[in-house]
Amino acid sequence: MSAPILEVEKLSKSYGGVHAVRGVSFTLAAGEILALIGPNGAGKSTCFNMLNGQIGRDTGSVKILGRDTTGLRPREIWRLGVGRTFQITATYPSMTVRENVQVALLSHHRELGRLFGFAGARHRAEADRLLGLVGMRDLAERPCGELAYGDLKRLELAIALVNEPKLLLMDEPTAGMAPRERVALMRLTATIAREQSIGVLFTEHDMDVVFEHADRIMVLNRGSLIAGGTPAEVRNNPDVKAVYLGEGSVYGGEAAA
Amino acid sequence: MEFIVVQFLTGLASAASLFLVASGLSIIFGVTRIVNFAHGAFYMLGAYVAYTLTERFEGFFGFWGGIVAAALVVAAVGALLEIVLLRRIYRAPELFQLLATFGVTLMVQDLVVMIWGPEDLVGPRAPGLRGAVDILGLAVPTYDLFLIVLGPLVLGGLWILFHRTRWGVLVRAATQDRDMVAALGVNQTWLFTSVFALGIFLAGLGGALQIPRNAVTHLMDLSIIVEVFVVVVIGGLGSVLGAFIAAVLVSELNAFGILIFPKISIVLVFLVMACVLIVRPWGLLGRPEGPARQPAGLSIRPWQPMSQNQRLVMLAVVVAAGFAPFVTGDYALTVLAEIAVFALFAASLHFLMTVGGLASFGHAAYFGLGAYGAAFATTMFGMPMIGSLLLGPLLGVAGAILFGWFCVRLSGVYFAMLTLAFAQIAWSVAFQWVEVTGGDNGILGVWPASWAASPAAFYWLALAVSVAGIVALRVLVFSPFGYALRATRDSALRSEAIGIDRSRVQWAAFVIAGTFAGIAGALFAFLKGSVFPDNLAIPMSVDGLVMVLLGGIETVSGAVVGAIVYKALAIWLVSQTDLSKLVLGAIIVLLVVAFPKGIVGFAEDLLARRRAKADDGGAAARTTPAKAPAKAPAATSGSGAAPIAAPKMEAAR
Repeated sequence: MSAPILEVEKLSKSYGGVHAVRGVSFTLAAGEILALIGPNGAGKSTCFNMLNGQIGRDTGSVKILGRDTTGLRPREIWRLGVGRTFQITATYPSMTVRENVQVALLSHHRELGRLFGFAGARHRAEADRLLGLVGMRDLAERPCGELAYGDLKRLELAIALVNEPKLLLMDEPTAGMAPRERVALMRLTATIAREQSIGVLFTEHDMDVVFEHADRIMVLNRGSLIAGGTPAEVRNNPDVKAVYLGEGSVYGGEAAA
Repeated sequence: MEFIVVQFLTGLASAASLFLVASGLSIIFGVTRIVNFAHGAFYMLGAYVAYTLTERFEGFFGFWGGIVAAALVVAAVGALLEIVLLRRIYRAPELFQLLATFGVTLMVQDLVVMIWGPEDLVGPRAPGLRGAVDILGLAVPTYDLFLIVLGPLVLGGLWILFHRTRWGVLVRAATQDRDMVAALGVNQTWLFTSVFALGIFLAGLGGALQIPRNAVTHLMDLSIIVEVFVVVVIGGLGSVLGAFIAAVLVSELNAFGILIFPKISIVLVFLVMACVLIVRPWGLLGRPEGPARQPAGLSIRPWQPMSQNQRLVMLAVVVAAGFAPFVTGDYALTVLAEIAVFALFAASLHFLMTVGGLASFGHAAYFGLGAYGAAFATTMFGMPMIGSLLLGPLLGVAGAILFGWFCVRLSGVYFAMLTLAFAQIAWSVAFQWVEVTGGDNGILGVWPASWAASPAAFYWLALAVSVAGIVALRVLVFSPFGYALRATRDSALRSEAIGIDRSRVQWAAFVIAGTFAGIAGALFAFLKGSVFPDNLAIPMSVDGLVMVLLGGIETVSGAVVGAIVYKALAIWLVSQTDLSKLVLGAIIVLLVVAFPKGIVGFAEDLLARRRAKADDGGAAARTTPAKAPAKAPAATSGSGAAPIAAPKMEAAR
């Protein structure tokens, strides 16, 4: 197997006296889909934002494609080939759907400093190809500000793909979506990840999504990893049941039984 | 040594009034999130009303009763203003609130002159506190000592009010989370009114207490509001204790600055403010703001470049404008040239404000610097006009590079206040550095070259430069850089995540806007043949803001229409009435409340609605939106300012 895309070692962060994340280590391989789950306040978002460069870490190292990311800002980490979607979508409401993708493409090609020439005519075909990939080709001309929430999530995925990322970071990619949309979006993500051998790390509260699509699951509780492994291993782990999944429901149990 | 002590005490006494006014502004902002530009106007009203009352009722009770009664009267007027005007704009973008309260300031200025006359008025001394106390051999007025004690007393009183009364607890809760307080069943409407009345009471009291110390003038509102802005920005918006500390700091800086650095005493305060903001962007005791409200200029209707037909129409308009010298006289041509200059100025501000979402309240600084640059080049270095027009704006560019670097670190209200502060610095340098700038007398003799000296020739020059500048700005809007700028406005988070360096992009936009403003300023210098500190003063900045707003903040080039209408209206008003400020202020208020999308925005809405009715995707050739003469009070009343309310429309082709 080739070198891992993401190597996280002993990552820690505390806010005042609260240890939000302590000593988290894991790796992620190309084409692998890894879920990070845990109860509210477990440190998932803190972890994510440290990987992304949005907040600094206290100790530990993060390597992306073998490169140390200490001190890099989010925009520099993006240049390494990392795509990102947000828990609460962040798009440009004053632009059309296609323009949203075009801005990212212009940035990827380092053309945003140009002071003339009509930007709306640049990288049009490539933007449409990416929109087609997430099934939004016919929404390209729509103002982004009037999209339904599920469509915004798909748009974010298209934007995340513009720099041909090797790593995708998705913070609750299906939050706020209808059940049918959730499955569709994750299936799409999985297909793209496998085809382009992108490593995907995502957090999620919907266990149907997690257990159906993740190759591997890590469970975070109070800042520490308490379990990790295949969906089947995690499902039957008594610690995980105690702190998060609970005893009653056994997700995807029939399939495993 | 003795002198220093006395000077220190004088500073402390001045701090009292400043603190009263600033704490009022801070309290109002904390709860309502409105930066009340009219606060200085209420301070001034307090002084005038106190003057009248203390003149009529003499004696001990007459004086002190008059002071308190004046503050109460002003508070009642403030409550009325809140009920009539502010309730309609609580949900509007900050810019609109600042502008509406500025409109009120303008109106009060004319009203005060109407009622009390233009002369300075000297009030009575305070009964019982007329004498002086001997401190270290120097006489200190007893009244000053009274003020020094009063400041901390009011601070303590406010603390008790906010921490030991039910009302105070509600106010503090509302400061933290308005919506939650509303959800808990508290009648917000009256809570807001009472908070506003309290803040205005403090402003009125601050003004009333000044009458034994200073003459009452109709110019005291603008001078105090700038100082108060500085105080609350240094202390932290919403923090009363911060306002107290900063008021003392600013007053002492003023008291000693005049001794140590008489040349730069005004600059000193602003320098301190800039330093504080760089180290602590939210002031000494302020808290970081939550995610900003919707930035100005965000339109739900994606912009598109002009179609071929629209371009032809615009070309026809410009060509028609070029024929003006054949049909009008010299005076009209001078007016038209001035309008052309301001169209470029407004377009440059519009680029920063609408495309970049950065509402600058000090854009005149770059206009004025460009004007001074041109004047220096002409009078000091004997440059020909073309050389001055090319070199002059560079001073504006330099100012924008320097100030912009600091400003783009902030956003929202703080950005507005810092730009205002930098503009005031530039103004005070122009005002105080008499040897170079001529101070209040300005620089005269900036006449155009002989080939451009006739009104017609200069008009053509102004028109050509202005049109070229506006076209260049429009090209920029649709260039990749324009998209990057809009991206930083729409979502800072997403922009960072796709590799856009927000502060660099915004800095560049700041410099671009400053450059075009500087070009307009250089033209203006030659148009008038002179430059004055007024060219970079606050009223000039606000003129620019009103032009942008009047034209339509969500449009691509509405500012041009706004500049034409506003400038023509202003020149006409001045010739028609002595109360031009009153009318202008009323127009601004009306615009914000009833007509927040401006002329072009309104016209576009009408077009969109008509097209939606026609309801076939392949709508025929567009008529030009820019020229539709919209009549004012058509939009629904209420808080319509939120861009979300815009009718939806297909970006169809």
